[in-house]
Amino acid sequence: MIRPSPSRSFIVLTTVEHGFPHQPSALGYSPSLHILAIGTRSGAVKLYGAPGVEFMGLHRENNAVVQIHFLPGQCQLVTLLDDNSLHLWSLKVKGGVSELQEDESFMLRGPPGAAPSATQITVVLPHSSRELLYLGTESGNVFVVQLPAFRTLEDRTISPDAVLQRLPEEARQRRVFEMVEALQEHPRDPHQILIGYSRGLVVIWDLRGSRVLCHFLSSQQLENVCWQRDGRLIVSCHSDGSYHQWPVSTDAQPPEPLRSHVPYGPFPCKAITKIFWLTTRQGSPFTIFQGGMPRASYGDRHCISVIHNDQQTAFDFTSRVIDFTVLAEADPAAAFDDPYALVVLAEEELVVIDLQTAGWPLVQPPYLASLHCSAITCSHHVSNIPLKLWERIIAAGSRQNTHFSTMEWPIDGGTSLAPAPPQRDLLLTGHEDGTVRFWDASGVCLRLLYKLSTVRVFLTDTDPNENLSAQGEDEWPPLRKVGSFDPYSDDPRLGIQKIFLCKYSGYLAVAGTAGQVLVLELNDEEAEHTVEQVEADLLQDQEGYRWKGHERLCARPGPVRFEPGFQPFVLVQCQPPAVVTSLALHSEWRLVAFGTSHGFGLFDHQQRRQVFVKCTLHPSDQLALEGPLSRVKSLKKSLRQSFRRIRRSRVSSRKRRPAGPPGEVPEGSSRAERTGLQNMELAPVQRKIEARSAEDSFTGFVRTLYFADTYLRDSSRHCPSLWAGTNGGAVYAFALRVPPAERRMDELVRAEQAKEIQLMHRAPIVGILVLDGHSVPLPEPLEVAHDLSKSPDMQGSHQLLVVSEEQFKVFTLPKVSAKLKLKLTALEGSRVRRVSVAHFGSCRVEDYGEHHLAVLTNLGDVQVVSVPLLKPQVRYSCIRREDVSGIASCVFTKYGQGFYLISPSEFERFSLSTKWLVEPRCLVDSAETKNHSCPRNRSGPEKALGRARNSGSQSDGEERRPSPVMEHALLNDERAMVIGVLSEWP
Amino acid sequence: MNRSFHKSQTLRFYDCSAVEVKSKFGAEFRRFSLDRQKPGKFEDFYKLVVHTHHISNTEVTIGYADVHGDLLPINNDDNFCKAVSSANPLLRVFIQKREAEHGSFVAGSLSRRRKALALREDGPRRRPHLHISMPHDFRPVSSIIDVDILPETHRRVRLYRHGCQKPLGFYIRDGMSVRVAPQGLEKVPGIFISRMVPGGLAESTGLLAVDDEVLEVNGIEVAGKTLDQVTDMMIANSHNLIVTVKPANQRNNVVRGSRASGSSGRSSDSTASRHSLPVAHVLQNLHPDEMESDEEADVVLEGVLEPRLVPRPPPGSLARVNGASLAPGLHSPGREGSGSVHRLLSSLRSDPRHSLALPPGGVEEHGPAVTL
Repeated sequence: MIRPSPSRSFIVLTTVEHGFPHQPSALGYSPSLHILAIGTRSGAVKLYGAPGVEFMGLHRENNAVVQIHFLPGQCQLVTLLDDNSLHLWSLKVKGGVSELQEDESFMLRGPPGAAPSATQITVVLPHSSRELLYLGTESGNVFVVQLPAFRTLEDRTISPDAVLQRLPEEARQRRVFEMVEALQEHPRDPHQILIGYSRGLVVIWDLRGSRVLCHFLSSQQLENVCWQRDGRLIVSCHSDGSYHQWPVSTDAQPPEPLRSHVPYGPFPCKAITKIFWLTTRQGSPFTIFQGGMPRASYGDRHCISVIHNDQQTAFDFTSRVIDFTVLAEADPAAAFDDPYALVVLAEEELVVIDLQTAGWPLVQPPYLASLHCSAITCSHHVSNIPLKLWERIIAAGSRQNTHFSTMEWPIDGGTSLAPAPPQRDLLLTGHEDGTVRFWDASGVCLRLLYKLSTVRVFLTDTDPNENLSAQGEDEWPPLRKVGSFDPYSDDPRLGIQKIFLCKYSGYLAVAGTAGQVLVLELNDEEAEHTVEQVEADLLQDQEGYRWKGHERLCARPGPVRFEPGFQPFVLVQCQPPAVVTSLALHSEWRLVAFGTSHGFGLFDHQQRRQVFVKCTLHPSDQLALEGPLSRVKSLKKSLRQSFRRIRRSRVSSRKRRPAGPPGEVPEGSSRAERTGLQNMELAPVQRKIEARSAEDSFTGFVRTLYFADTYLRDSSRHCPSLWAGTNGGAVYAFALRVPPAERRMDELVRAEQAKEIQLMHRAPIVGILVLDGHSVPLPEPLEVAHDLSKSPDMQGSHQLLVVSEEQFKVFTLPKVSAKLKLKLTALEGSRVRRVSVAHFGSCRVEDYGEHHLAVLTNLGDVQVVSVPLLKPQVRYSCIRREDVSGIASCVFTKYGQGFYLISPSEFERFSLSTKWLVEPRCLVDSAETKNHSCPRNRSGPEKALGRARNSGSQSDGEERRPSPVMEHALLNDERAMVIGVLSEWP
Repeated sequence: MNRSFHKSQTLRFYDCSAVEVKSKFGAEFRRFSLDRQKPGKFEDFYKLVVHTHHISNTEVTIGYADVHGDLLPINNDDNFCKAVSSANPLLRVFIQKREAEHGSFVAGSLSRRRKALALREDGPRRRPHLHISMPHDFRPVSSIIDVDILPETHRRVRLYRHGCQKPLGFYIRDGMSVRVAPQGLEKVPGIFISRMVPGGLAESTGLLAVDDEVLEVNGIEVAGKTLDQVTDMMIANSHNLIVTVKPANQRNNVVRGSRASGSSGRSSDSTASRHSLPVAHVLQNLHPDEMESDEEADVVLEGVLEPRLVPRPPPGSLARVNGASLAPGLHSPGREGSGSVHRLLSSLRSDPRHSLALPPGGVEEHGPAVTL
């Protein structure tokens, strides 16, 4: 056999970011490419098209992206940053795949001596000629810049003075200019542009004759302007919450507004900041505007109103609206706009509203999911889900999504060339509000499949049946809540802390903040039953302790109705109700083990009986006993320390800046540095050097639980066992006796403690693993039964691998004697934060692979450590060491990939294995855009593809909306069909 | 004898100043008591012990288990007084024949093989006729090592924590250090000792002081490492911590070779080598196996108490656990007597030479159940 050199199969690649960009600051859309662009405050630009089509670019400057504009009909876009710089990006095809790259950057320079505001860009208009950019500024000037080199055409600048001179006498009286608020090209005539100034003057400027064709004067501060499609009407919106329609005519008479309207008057209203006026083939035009709500009572809402015929809805978003756009007919020759979708970028989520279907339902986005609708508290990854379970989860999820529109995802530019994912992977996230979300993590698009809520099991303050959004018919304004972002949890005790899913049996265990452990079973039907409750007293008969933390949750008595999906049948509540810190489920033995800071317990969920509990608490550990409240003080302390640290890091970062010539150092910074150093003298950050002792706090905290069938007692008989590792470096092993299947309900599961190992370095145990006779980690429960793994070798001697934060140690079994060890902390000063077994396949030899440990340290390094020889293979820095929450959120997959949160709303995906890479590979071609218009009257291959999708899922009567996720699950012939269609594409 | 020695059974309950003594020779036990305030003289005690064990004609050495579980000698009035006054509550005395005695005192028999430097604080003894124990009868607390390979401005200090319940007792901080670079003096970040805990091990050695710069931890340079990393490294090595420091006070440096003056006169030489330690800057005087042997072994307990809950274990399993199956697990090769072993465990061992570690709270020695 060819043994690939181990180092060749490891790399660390950050491959793709999943979720919603943190702090979005700009939105752009290309009607011709059908591609959406989002800019962020950290200077990232992200492009999204059809599912799987994603690009990301990062400005060298760490400045917020303020505006994004696609150049009409081209694969190019211009971004404006808050440092007033313009950047030209383009999608270039390289090796058959498009790449986003920055071509040029540009800073507008005014005439010498001009005020900075003279060149402060407020509006950017890419002209349809594709080579000119009109830039409106704060001073009222409109500069003209030639692309792609950003050459300023100074002779074509439209200054306020020039406009003033060309205005009729009567309009010249007032100072009406100030900054440029709007720049729009005439929809039919590229030689006319509209310029709107903030004081209320709007002029239509003839580019060839350099003259004012007409002007409109409003008494209110101007916010924005919109042309009607034929150019005969403009609609302006103003800071007092009104909008005006103005007829466009070349008469010398200064026109009066055709119609003025304050939609939410008569009381003072907030400004309407952006307005769309879109004509339709049948009926009245769509008026869509942002803001304009009554100031006093609804001024704090983030609303976008849609008015069409006699229907009016104010969509009320969960967070600030950054920007919005309307998807409409892209062909300029078409007679009507016929808008079909409203795309709203809010601060925390992207909302797309179907404007063609009555009631304007939401469209479920295939990407940009708001992972943080409720804060993520934990995550769990399950690789290689069997098709059956996958389909059942999707079926359960599809019934939750019936309120979504059936419209196909309208933003469908580009073609994804990435191969179909090799397997079905699930990422489960637990949230603060007691929900667990199931995400399809197989491919580039992280897509929500199903959402499980554990709230129904408990009595909470808010009744889930109470419909908060229910409003009377004649309610005014006609608000409608949209979006899923809801960071406020009713009860923090509901928060999910640990998740364990058995992919073979469909059993799921979920544990939370108030010591609750739920065991759930997948059921395709709705059911109503009582959840059995059991209390696990982890302190046993230890007297004299008072738990000062939160109370346990109160379970809902009587039968509860559960929707199809995972339905809880047993609730174990730990007493005291401390956070569940570890969880393990063995679906073959029907056992669930759970641990808190006080001890751990084993529960037989078949017979619904507690098997045993074990208290691991050190009697002097008051901190753990009293619960989280008593930690307030130490939290304060740690906050104080982290402030000090921030201060210190500022000082040191200043130091690290490359030193210029000594004369050039500005006086101010050196003084700041000196004061910084003085601060350090006053409050030095110091660390106590002390060995760990048994009396330390939280030594009894159970960090890890592990089931194994191994030689615990003697080397002749193996038996089921449960292993638990604590924060204080202790490992407890219990021998279990599980009755055979036929007598499973008749006999009791028995357990007795067989071993206790105290690691003398007393570091927290983060992983326990048993290796079989061939030094291969034992398979998961039921894995062998499903023929998905070789049976473990039970002939040779087993070994126990214990991973603490500081060391890796291999012991022999059943006689626990140390065999090998790898010290990490003593040598490097880094500690293990996460460890997981990963299978590394060779990229050259098909069926060859090795098991190794994937390790994440507190410094953010990812290491691979070989098993069983404990040789460090590679080390890469992966996460910034300051990013504590990123490091804490990391999960490894079984195949050498990993996820961690780069922001509250985004997972970064990385890969340690060359064999398993999930990254976007896609092609965007400006030529292909000819056929695009609106999704309902699409023609050509796209339609065929859509039909193929539909035919695939229509057999499932309930699920009319095709989901791309299903496709991965469908059989090979379906995939072949899709590929066949794609190959016809060009 | 005299008033300070009594037969134990009478005094135990009504005389609170009595110290119960349990004396062991071979497999035999004797119990008697002593007066805590006036224990008397060592010679009287010796005679009493020899008498009660009926071994008057043999040369024996007497040792006792101190609160840390170490076997310490009783061979003069001072350590006899100390033994009695520190008995808590029971004084365990172990008697061995003189010829068998060699190499049995002090916990961690391996550590004694090194010629460790014991600190002696008092001057010449007042009574020179007294028997003074060999250095290996003392527990080393700290030592200066590798004097021959380090620059004189540096000091490598080893702190022996095992068997000692004193905290290591110091704090470290970030700071700025001045180095000699080709282009002149330059400031570089460094790690410094910021505070000593009074009564801690670090302070009691007198070898480390506030503002000493930490250069290495167990042979690994700390340059480029963060304060947290260095903290973690020190804690990970806390059972056998070796820190190389550049003392803030350079006047007490060890003087090497025949040169009599301090290091101040030869600074050019030492500063040159200051940052370029010998390539093999690993701790040369410590062989790897010694390092290893010094490591405290993990403790494995087999079949401890059953979980309290149902089902009850079959009767007799406990006895088996603590009797037969315990022994092989404990006496696994290579782990014998290495360091201060888990107290609970060692109290189960039969041979005092390997395990005289006793929990301070007292443990019932003969029962099958082990309780803390």
